[in-house]
Amino acid sequence: MATPSTGTPLVRLDRISKHFGEGETRVDALREVSLEVFPRQVVALLGPSGSGKTTLLNIIGCILDPSSGSMELDGEWVLRDGRWLRGDLRRLRLDKIGFIFQFHNLLPFLDATDNVAVVLQLAGADIATARKRAGDLLDYLEVGHRRHAMPAKLSGGEAQRVAIARALANSPRIILADEPTAALDSKRAGIVMDLLRKLAVEHDAAIIAVTHDEKIFDRFDHIFQLRDGRLDGHTTLHAVAAETR
Amino acid sequence: MNLAYRDIRHNLGRFLLTCVGLGLLLGVVLAMIGIYRGLVVDALTIARAPGVDLWVVEANTRGPFAEASRIPGDIREAIARIADVAAAGSITYQTVEAEHQGKKLRLYVIGYELTRPGGPPEVTEGREIARSHYEIVADRTTGLLLGDRIQLGRSTFTVVGLTRHQVNSGGDPAVYITLPDAQKLQFDLAPPAARVQLARGSSGASRDTVNAVVARLHPNASPDAVAEMVRRWKHLAAITQEAQESILTRSLVDRARRQIGLFTSLLLVVSAVIIALIIYTMTMEKLKQIATLKLIGAPNRTIIGMIVQQALALGFIGFAVGAALIVNIKDYFPRRVVLEADSVVVLGLIVFAVCLLSSGLGVRAALRVDPATALGG
Ligand SMILES: Nc1ncnc2c1ncn2[C@@H]1O[C@H](COP(=O)(O)OP(=O)(O)OP(=O)(O)O)[C@@H](O)[C@H]1O
Ligand SMILES: [Mg+2]
Repeated sequence: MATPSTGTPLVRLDRISKHFGEGETRVDALREVSLEVFPRQVVALLGPSGSGKTTLLNIIGCILDPSSGSMELDGEWVLRDGRWLRGDLRRLRLDKIGFIFQFHNLLPFLDATDNVAVVLQLAGADIATARKRAGDLLDYLEVGHRRHAMPAKLSGGEAQRVAIARALANSPRIILADEPTAALDSKRAGIVMDLLRKLAVEHDAAIIAVTHDEKIFDRFDHIFQLRDGRLDGHTTLHAVAAETR
Repeated sequence: MNLAYRDIRHNLGRFLLTCVGLGLLLGVVLAMIGIYRGLVVDALTIARAPGVDLWVVEANTRGPFAEASRIPGDIREAIARIADVAAAGSITYQTVEAEHQGKKLRLYVIGYELTRPGGPPEVTEGREIARSHYEIVADRTTGLLLGDRIQLGRSTFTVVGLTRHQVNSGGDPAVYITLPDAQKLQFDLAPPAARVQLARGSSGASRDTVNAVVARLHPNASPDAVAEMVRRWKHLAAITQEAQESILTRSLVDRARRQIGLFTSLLLVVSAVIIALIIYTMTMEKLKQIATLKLIGAPNRTIIGMIVQQALALGFIGFAVGAALIVNIKDYFPRRVVLEADSVVVLGLIVFAVCLLSSGLGVRAALRVDPATALGG
């Protein structure tokens, strides 16, 4: 149970820096950020606007090249001294990382089931297997009754849960979320947070979420504070509170 | 699952509307090509109708279509006596205005000798002219029906047969009457002064004037050799069928042909630009979805496939709509629209190529999309 800080971290960042532009226009978005996230942890990235939260999340998600630093994901060094060690980052994402967006970003032309199934199919599953597993995932997230609905017909909370199902489709062990609850009311936000917690525990996964949402701060095991691209220490204040829930 | 198909199905109405719009445009392009071909075919129809090898006309002219030609009718006997000539016939051509059921008709009147080359190539309804006077074979496009009577000059003719697609290069429908009737018609319609002179037989002109003598040769004879022989006679020029056809296409309809040709090319360019724009916009609208696909790990092949398949579907359906439209309405055009399989195939290939090229534009935009844009709001 709970949130061990021992064992092998699922995500390990070693002095990651990222700057945009050069000379006068240079912006140092991240300065030597090092952190570790372990299986079953639900952590938050917190900080004022422009502090580098999204930049950090994008680097962990392998969609942004850092300027320097090293990164280990799920036991594999994928980045060393600012260079990717894998040529096929998209495959890496498909297999290891699930994304949850602020807006659900479901494909509008596929129904709920197929929005989830498409990820499985991209990973090589045949369509029948993919749909079966997608259906199971939707049931698990308690939106199974909406499996044939198009995204436009889903409520915000339902759509977000379908999106979470999609993020989970390939059983990734690293789930990244940028403001996952910003578009939801506090009740729905609570449900989504409970769900993320359940995922972390049942799938032995690490969940990293960017949030501004004060009403859910107490749901995280760790809160990493970013200020001007630097990690400002982290707090585990609410970890116990989150667990007893 | 096929993403291209699912996306189309999701916006089916809009996609089909776009296809229909494109189809109309491609239909216009096809129609223009058909009109262009029709013009050429029409220009050659009258020259091909008698099915001959040689045209004998007035010296120093390229008659009887490109330039006026008048020669004495008895030339025909001299031509018929040439060893290589199997059959020869005199022909007159004149454009006449007539009235039928209160409507003005412009007719291209062809006079020919009943038993000799020069008559209608095929009578599709009724029969050929059997009597030497007052019978007429008309093209359907005149609107005349079997048994109708029509006044030309001072005589009234009865329609005994109908042809199809017999029009001159100006689009006037052809009618056939006997040579004596045609010569009388020429005399009736000549200006009064000329008529008086003709009647007196003065000024060397005779009423037995024709516009051309056509000759059919024996199978192994060389048209050029016979033409060479005829040219040695004074007052005559000889044009082989091949030369006649090239005169007609090169000089008579050349300008109209180039005009339509240029317009058709312009239309093709416009269609290409529009197809490219449609496909490009279709992709731009989906950039966020494409970013999402990339983010969740879809390979480029999936994304390119989606764009290219949609572009081809658009082109294919649009083209099919356009072709079906033109095939169904082409007979209602006032002038002939000739849709040949090869021009349809060529246009189809062009549309295919344009779709591929312009989906290249969309693909380029799609591949450049940063997957991170899917994360933002
Ligand atoms: N593509 C880019 N080019 C130049 N500068 C950038 C780019 N992306 C981010 N930055 C800069 O890097 C810094 C960190 O940006 P980031 O988006 O990570 O902030 P954030 O913490 O996510 O802010 P917010 O809470 O507003 O989303 C900002 O100063 C931003 O202007
Ligand atoms: Mg941000």
